[in-house]
Amino acid sequence: MAPILEIQNLYKNYGPVEILKDINIAIEPGDFLVLVGPSGCGKSTLLNCIAGLEPITGGDLMIGGKNMTDVSPKDRDIAMVFQSYALYPTMSVAKNITFGMKVRGVDQETQTRKLNEVASQLQIEQLLNRRPGQLSGGQRQRVAMGRALVRDPKLFLFDEPLSNLDAKLRVEMRSEIKKLHQTLGATMVYVTHDQIEAMTLATKIVVLKGGIIQQIGSPAEIYNKPANLFVADFMGSPAMNLIPAKARSGGKGAQIEIARGTGDPLILVDEHAPALPEDVILGLRPEDIAEAGFRAGADVQDASCLVDMVEPAGADTYVVSELGGKQVTARLHAETVATPGEMLDLSIDMSKVSYFAPDSGQRLN
Amino acid sequence: MTELAHPPAQKSGAFGKVVLRWVLYILLCLFALYYLMPLFVMVTTSLKSLEEIRTGSLVALPREVTFDAWKTAWSGACTGIQCEGLRPYFWNSVLLAVPAVAISTFIGALNGYVVAQWRFAGANIIFSLMLFGCFIPFQVVLLPMARLLGLMGIAGTIPGLIFVHVIYGIGFTTLFFRNYYVSIPSELTKAAKVDGAGFFRIFWSIFLPLSLPIIVVTVIWQFTQIWNDFLFGVSFSQAGTQPVTVALNNIVNSTTGVKEYNVDMAAAIIAAAPTLLVYIVAGKYFIRGLTAGSVKG
Repeated sequence: MAPILEIQNLYKNYGPVEILKDINIAIEPGDFLVLVGPSGCGKSTLLNCIAGLEPITGGDLMIGGKNMTDVSPKDRDIAMVFQSYALYPTMSVAKNITFGMKVRGVDQETQTRKLNEVASQLQIEQLLNRRPGQLSGGQRQRVAMGRALVRDPKLFLFDEPLSNLDAKLRVEMRSEIKKLHQTLGATMVYVTHDQIEAMTLATKIVVLKGGIIQQIGSPAEIYNKPANLFVADFMGSPAMNLIPAKARSGGKGAQIEIARGTGDPLILVDEHAPALPEDVILGLRPEDIAEAGFRAGADVQDASCLVDMVEPAGADTYVVSELGGKQVTARLHAETVATPGEMLDLSIDMSKVSYFAPDSGQRLN
Repeated sequence: MTELAHPPAQKSGAFGKVVLRWVLYILLCLFALYYLMPLFVMVTTSLKSLEEIRTGSLVALPREVTFDAWKTAWSGACTGIQCEGLRPYFWNSVLLAVPAVAISTFIGALNGYVVAQWRFAGANIIFSLMLFGCFIPFQVVLLPMARLLGLMGIAGTIPGLIFVHVIYGIGFTTLFFRNYYVSIPSELTKAAKVDGAGFFRIFWSIFLPLSLPIIVVTVIWQFTQIWNDFLFGVSFSQAGTQPVTVALNNIVNSTTGVKEYNVDMAAAIIAAAPTLLVYIVAGKYFIRGLTAGSVKG
């Protein structure tokens, strides 16, 4: 199938400042693309470029196979939900939802029919005569979605739609958006700085930093095989452990040596390691460090570590130990007994390890 | 007065507070009296007969209330050789102020909307230049403006005066609307653009309905400025097109023989009444509008 959104070599400058550099993205119908990155990385600008609210400096942008680079927002067949919801304050909820249709000259009957469809879908029928000012945050959010849904566009754009909600409501609305995506089968582009939102919603994630794409991939790819140190650190909570280590490549795999608080280094063997430089940074998710004996497999190796700190978090217990001069977090079972200052037998799943070059930060395996 | 309920230990402090309160109120009353005195004298004098003014005291209440002076001021007082009272000039002022206020407010709203929500290269420079217009002294533009009005063929006419006041008002009205609209999130404009609305549609359907408080502020400001203006009125009008302020001056200054203080006072009150009325009717919106921009919706 032809990609529904295709961005080729997109550049965006504000005067001499390059905001976006050489962006290339293509998504298929039904995809849920999440643009994620720290604030100031250009993700919202990119979304505005897709919407046509910001002109692009270079490159091409196609929606539904048509070149939309110089087309105005209203003709791009898109709908957008904004962070502040951007509901028209003086109009009732019903008028807010039908405003776009009114502007486009849709007849009254169709307007009413679509309004009722969307209102029942989002369960906001009882709010139709209220003003946005009389609604709660969650209700405003629904109305904003209603305004997008009623358009039935090729592409939905969301600009951090949940960041103004409190934590509980955010989780609720998140699953609602996901449900909506599944029932509609619509194509969506979603901007967030919250990596958990990105992981839970996306079928495809774009990680941005400083206007440059760091990695594009499925949530699993991004999580398990981060392309560089930035992605490794940014995605996942608690963050991936990034441990400086010495590697000695042998005939088969490599021997990894990690400095340990106790004095003698921790030696790990990775039979599947590629050829590695001497200095590497070992990337290890907290859940890939387990209590000794809990994880089975050819690549699981024992490692006993000095416990610095224990953080029980209900479902899990986090144990922090110093490895390679860094605080390394292990996500262990809740019932694990660990005492700070004592050794704890752990095991590391070497099949899940990522290697990064310390200077370039790029992934090595 | 809750101070009085304090325990005895704090009694002396509470007593001090009460005294302070009273001193404060007395002072405030004195100030109020000071400000109200002229108005009191004006109103009472306008209701006295000339005879009574000559014989009585300035601050005394009228022994016999008569509205003759008001009648004369409205329709009989002489300005130079004509004796038609303020009435024709009052209507000149209405014909001048209403369109001038409406036009300058509308242009200000449109300007403010563009400068605040449709940022373009140089928007700030243009806005600064408009602001600069607020600070140009009236006297500086008198001669060039007279020449311009002459060239345009509207010298000495009410449309000419409207033109002058609109030009002079745009700086202020743009400032008011710009500051109001700049607090409205730009996402609103973006949402409307995605919805397909254009420049004027967004202005009419979204921004103007939001603008009531700032429209009230601008209308009060502009109306007061234009109604009370004397310099432009006296410079750019001729017999028959003079605004009420100029006529008031002529009535007060061109009386021969006995000075009719009661007529002068009545005329002054008539000339000032519309601005007073605007404040009384719309005053609460004025304060609300001035502070509205700072409150998030």
